[in-house]
Amino acid sequence: MAALEEEFTLSSVVLSAGPEGLLGVEQSDKTDQFLVTDSGRTVILYKVKAIGLGAPRLPSRPFLSAELELKFLTASERDRGEGLAESRLGLLGTLSEVSDQKPLGSWSVKQGQIITCPAVCNFQTGEYVVVHDNKVLRIWNNEDVNLDKVFKATLSAEVYRILSVQGTEPLVLFKEGAVRGLEALLADPQQKIETVISDEEVIKWTKFFVVFRHPVLIFITEKHGNYFAYVQMFNSRILTKYTLLLGQDENSVIKSFTASVDRKFISLMSLSSDGCIYETLIPIRPADPEKNQSLVKSLLLKAVVSGNARNGVALTALDQDHVAVLGSPLAASKECLSVWNIKFQTLQTSKELPQGTSGQLWYYGEHLFMLHGKSLTVIPYKCEVSSLAGALGKLKHSQDPGTHVVSHFVNWETPQGCGLGFQNSEQSRRILRRRKIEVSLQPEVPPSKQLLSTIMKDSEKHIEVEVRKFLALKQTPDFHTVIGDTVTGLLERCKAEPSFYPRNCLMQLIQTHVLSYSLCPDLMEIALKKKDVQLLQLCLQQFPDIPESVTCACLKIFLSIGDDSLQETDVNMESVFDYSINSVHDEKMEEQTEILQNGFNPEEDKCNNCDQELNKKPQDETKESTSCPVVQKRAALLNAILHSAYSETFLLPHLKDIPAQHITLFLKYLYFLYLKCSENATMTLPGIHPPTLNQIMDWICLLLDANFTVVVMMPEAKRLLINLYKLVKSQISVYSELNKIEVSFRELQKLNQEKNNRGLYSIEVLELF
Amino acid sequence: MGEFKVHRVRFFNYVPSGIRCVAYNNQSNRLAVSRTDGTVEIYNLSANYFQEKFFPGHESRATEALCWAEGQRLFSAGLNGEIMEYDLQALNIKYAMDAFGGPIWSMAASPSGSQLLVGCEDGSVKLFQITPDKIQFERNFDRQKSKRHFSWGGRILSLSWHPSGTHIAAGSIDYISVFDVKSGSAVHKMIVDRQYMGVSKRKCIVWGVAFLSDGTIISVDSAGKVQFWDSATGTLVKSHLIANADVQSIAVADQEDSFVVGTAEGTVFHFQLVPVTSNSSEKQWVRTKPFQHHTHDVRTVAHSPTALISGGTDTHLVFRPLMEKVEVKNYDAALRKITFPHRCLISCSKKRQLLLFQFAHHLELWRLGSTVATGKNGDTLPLSKNADHLLHLKTKGPENIICSCISPCGSWIAYSTVSRFFLYRLNYEHDNISLKRVSKMPAFLRSALQILFSEDSTKLFVASNQGALHIVQLSGGSFKHLHAFQPQSGTVEAMCLLAVSPDGNWLAASGTSAGVHVYNVKQLKLHCTVPAYNFPVTAMAIAPNTNNLVIAHSDQQVFEYSIPDKQYTDWSRTVQKQGFHHLWLQRDTPITHISFHPKRPMHILLHDAYMFCIIDKSLPLPNDKTLLYNPFPPTNESDVIRRRTAHAFKISKIYKPLLFMDLLDERTLVAVERPLDDIIAQLPPPIKKKKFGT
Repeated sequence: MAALEEEFTLSSVVLSAGPEGLLGVEQSDKTDQFLVTDSGRTVILYKVKAIGLGAPRLPSRPFLSAELELKFLTASERDRGEGLAESRLGLLGTLSEVSDQKPLGSWSVKQGQIITCPAVCNFQTGEYVVVHDNKVLRIWNNEDVNLDKVFKATLSAEVYRILSVQGTEPLVLFKEGAVRGLEALLADPQQKIETVISDEEVIKWTKFFVVFRHPVLIFITEKHGNYFAYVQMFNSRILTKYTLLLGQDENSVIKSFTASVDRKFISLMSLSSDGCIYETLIPIRPADPEKNQSLVKSLLLKAVVSGNARNGVALTALDQDHVAVLGSPLAASKECLSVWNIKFQTLQTSKELPQGTSGQLWYYGEHLFMLHGKSLTVIPYKCEVSSLAGALGKLKHSQDPGTHVVSHFVNWETPQGCGLGFQNSEQSRRILRRRKIEVSLQPEVPPSKQLLSTIMKDSEKHIEVEVRKFLALKQTPDFHTVIGDTVTGLLERCKAEPSFYPRNCLMQLIQTHVLSYSLCPDLMEIALKKKDVQLLQLCLQQFPDIPESVTCACLKIFLSIGDDSLQETDVNMESVFDYSINSVHDEKMEEQTEILQNGFNPEEDKCNNCDQELNKKPQDETKESTSCPVVQKRAALLNAILHSAYSETFLLPHLKDIPAQHITLFLKYLYFLYLKCSENATMTLPGIHPPTLNQIMDWICLLLDANFTVVVMMPEAKRLLINLYKLVKSQISVYSELNKIEVSFRELQKLNQEKNNRGLYSIEVLELF
Repeated sequence: MGEFKVHRVRFFNYVPSGIRCVAYNNQSNRLAVSRTDGTVEIYNLSANYFQEKFFPGHESRATEALCWAEGQRLFSAGLNGEIMEYDLQALNIKYAMDAFGGPIWSMAASPSGSQLLVGCEDGSVKLFQITPDKIQFERNFDRQKSKRHFSWGGRILSLSWHPSGTHIAAGSIDYISVFDVKSGSAVHKMIVDRQYMGVSKRKCIVWGVAFLSDGTIISVDSAGKVQFWDSATGTLVKSHLIANADVQSIAVADQEDSFVVGTAEGTVFHFQLVPVTSNSSEKQWVRTKPFQHHTHDVRTVAHSPTALISGGTDTHLVFRPLMEKVEVKNYDAALRKITFPHRCLISCSKKRQLLLFQFAHHLELWRLGSTVATGKNGDTLPLSKNADHLLHLKTKGPENIICSCISPCGSWIAYSTVSRFFLYRLNYEHDNISLKRVSKMPAFLRSALQILFSEDSTKLFVASNQGALHIVQLSGGSFKHLHAFQPQSGTVEAMCLLAVSPDGNWLAASGTSAGVHVYNVKQLKLHCTVPAYNFPVTAMAIAPNTNNLVIAHSDQQVFEYSIPDKQYTDWSRTVQKQGFHHLWLQRDTPITHISFHPKRPMHILLHDAYMFCIIDKSLPLPNDKTLLYNPFPPTNESDVIRRRTAHAFKISKIYKPLLFMDLLDERTLVAVERPLDDIIAQLPPPIKKKKFGT
């Protein structure tokens, strides 16, 4: 899975990034240089010669990216720097390719002026274009030093944006909705600019595409909570207006837009205030440009960010299948950058941005730009080809040997993030510095560390309190690791001190759903030793990977444990329905079972020899089938066994070790369950999570396969075996009846066909048109 | 366009024979198919899967094995103990040679193609040397005593050469032997497990073996297993149980990276050699795809570079293209199922409204019924007289009928087998019919590939398998040989298709590959030859009055050639310039019959197995944007629209599968259908698969 590469920061005092963030980040004519326009007076050209970006699949090399960190003036310097900016202009202006660590150029407008439109690069000429004070256009190039001295044109209307993409001339979008090519505008700067959009309509967002060499401009306007999309085919000068229908949720506000384009449609994605991403398809070539058309949006991704986040949210399409979303995933959590695969609806990767963002996000040439705290952060990210394997995280990476991989996922081996300082000495200075900051942000000892130390020495009671405290905390990224470490620590202590058995603690930890058998094999071993059936039941329910031998050991305990000791335990009875309630209704059912039982009628029996014995105690039989042969709690435990996963080959040898009377008991219980199953038409048991018929039948077969020679010798099992034999026989007869019915139906079908057949000869009328 | 009364005939009780063997020839991209009645057919896969040649069957000749050797030579062997070679030019059997080993069950040509190996009933494996004009017995391989039966080994049911030609594998009952070709002695004998789903079967028949170049032998057997053996050690390497019934056939791709097996349950399984993990060099055979295109036993399979070919008891020949091997995803990548022969088995006497049906060993003559009622489109009219079965004519001898014809007047019937030509004179007296055989056929009229009567029933045209065309004058119960057009010197190509002009002046004849020759019957000389075309002719006919020859080719092109002018007509040139509709070109059955409307000279009537079409030459041709086939009658459309959307191809797909369609008179058509369900009803029941229980 393509993970977010290590970020690097382009922090700068020059960026007077206010609460509203930056004005814009735009591509320059060189792929690794970007124009950053702050919300004040400055435009900076950055070079983000990223290491490892050339080969984007390579994991980043932190020590190199650390060098890339750009050293700028500190915040305090910035405060003094109002005047400095002027003098530095001369300095910075001469900078060109000094090093990767510095911006290549910085240009500011005079004090009193303010840049109103982010600077863009005219790809055809390599010049930069910016608008300040809404109407004044400036064009300069790398050699220019002072923006005051460069080409200037004063326009007759206020500019919303200048849009520029590779391969075509920049377009100027005016606030009134008119669009001009830059060249045409410069030919006559004072030309009259018409008004396209109505009063009170405000342009919210715009994007410029080149589709089949035709420039296509889309911009979204808003008026009284209604959104309109305008698509301008620049060559043919066709402007189409669409009304964006917001759907059922009329009062949602669209927070952010992005768009991608394919052959026929512009796919406009919008992030609504309800936290969902919607997609609207806008045809590039409208059917009827004159008509005002409505567009319906469809839900693309649900609740990717919290609806009522305080901070801004942003959305950017990375490619056809991926979007990046900036925002808080949960109402209270920190802001996060997440990349989603919209085709498979999966989260590809995410990164927490604890210092907050301005809710702005740009993506150019495999770099994501955003304001993180006060600094402009660049995160290289390359979308992989969207594949199911990638979406499931199963894509294999061919890793270059020698490169150090910084895992973005929890590494179970090394307890990281616990502040224990297991830092790889090779890791970069920069990482260390960042960690220091993080640590300083959380000055108190992390609860996880505290917990681990508690485990080692404190009393059971105290541990329980600590564990509860820890679990009550919000889920931290290292939650899994801490839980794992805690359990390991507890179990180690259990082994060392036989009297130490923090049962409640373990129960709580198991219920976090993050443990598995392979993570703590000792847990079940200890529980087996202590005959703690409750814990074992919980393990059987929670762990997906219990080996067959352990399952079998559990079964042995469940069958052998005395009824009196069972009474004391607190077993989860969810899977057991109270079979003992033999109400009048039940007795009525019982009468029916004799007929129902899936074609099995105990009365009609051809096995005469065994029947004689059976007939002696007809009452016993009914009793046998009505009353559960095990107590409720044991039934619940056995049901946990029935639900567990197993492989026949590995289970069979272990089943042979179970004593014969226990086998018989279990068989009786399974047979009882089967009879209960066949009482209703759907062949299911009542209850919340009962064993299925297949599970019951499989276990009957397994037990008989493993112990047939033993069971067949036992007098007390005889009746059961006879019953099972009859059951199988009745099944066979049912199936043979079904086969007969199938054949009869086929014959009927044949007859039907013959009826439909129009005979061997007819004269018909045919008219050919 | 026209309203017709259609005699819809479904009493042609034709059941194709089951397919026994297929053999694919990579060089010529042709497929040889043998059927259970001994018929051998050659399909040209490059020419749109057209069945371009066939060799009629023989009752005593059950073909059990078929193979290509020495490039393009075709051999077969069967239960009569003979090995036969086919002459693909003259369309007859070159020679038959007894192998003296009892019935032959298997045959395999050596990788070099110079040797032929047969496996016989008596357990012997015999090696033959292929000489330029014959085959020559070389030697027997050592026979082994079977321990189980205390007798000589069982019949050899399957044979396979190692690609180097040094060893062979022979599958028998209960065991597989590996022989060294040089010494002729057995190297290994591998006993096949008889167990079948835990139950010991009486015998385990090794239906097929395949020897790979790495020494692996793959066997398929009656216990439903596909097994891999190591021929160096004689040990079983791997076993796949794939069916509850017999696995009857196996074929390996030339690259040895995939093979195909067919089971008695009608399933075809594709096995491929795939890497164990995504980038490891270790590969293993994996069963990848099952295909269920058959209802009955898949008796034989073949593996062409791009397709799996299978055939069996259910008489379908199925081509399943391998999508990963198909470069262009066009219509050729579609599944093809060939059920009916690509030639006409029915002839019709328009005057007496008779139909003559040709079966393998008999002919049936039927008289169509009649009605006085009229109706509108789609109506079934009440019959005033039902169709009558007039005659059932059984052939003498074991040979299959090659071709047959009834004269337009209905008083002559002619048919031919490989060795004899029969001509009958029919007399109708009220409802009685009498049949008289015309005896004393001349020696040269021994065997015919195609027979045709002239429109006035006075002349009989016979294409003999020697390449000659004979013209016979018929007059009142006797006949007179008029002329024989001899083939051009040096060619022995047989003529398979004939067409005569309604005025009796022109005779067109077409062979399997060369162009169409047009003869002047009055002057008894070759008039012209239509320029050769790459694809074989599937049907042709000469139009009345204009004497335009309409030729349909297997690539679905239709040409119109003016015989008097000796050139293609303007219409034909226009068609070629504009091209046919893409849907027309994508049809997968060839046109088998062409006829004309006596009153409408602009109309051409033609049909394939799934559609019947009237081409109206006066209307504009459809382009790829127009709808070629519109099954719905135009409703509420103004004449203008109708005229604008009307095009030359008027198609009806009501009758299918359509084996024959002709115009009886101006307003009457006869259509002979053979519904697939009726064929299936006559096949033995397939292996029953249980739906319930296990």
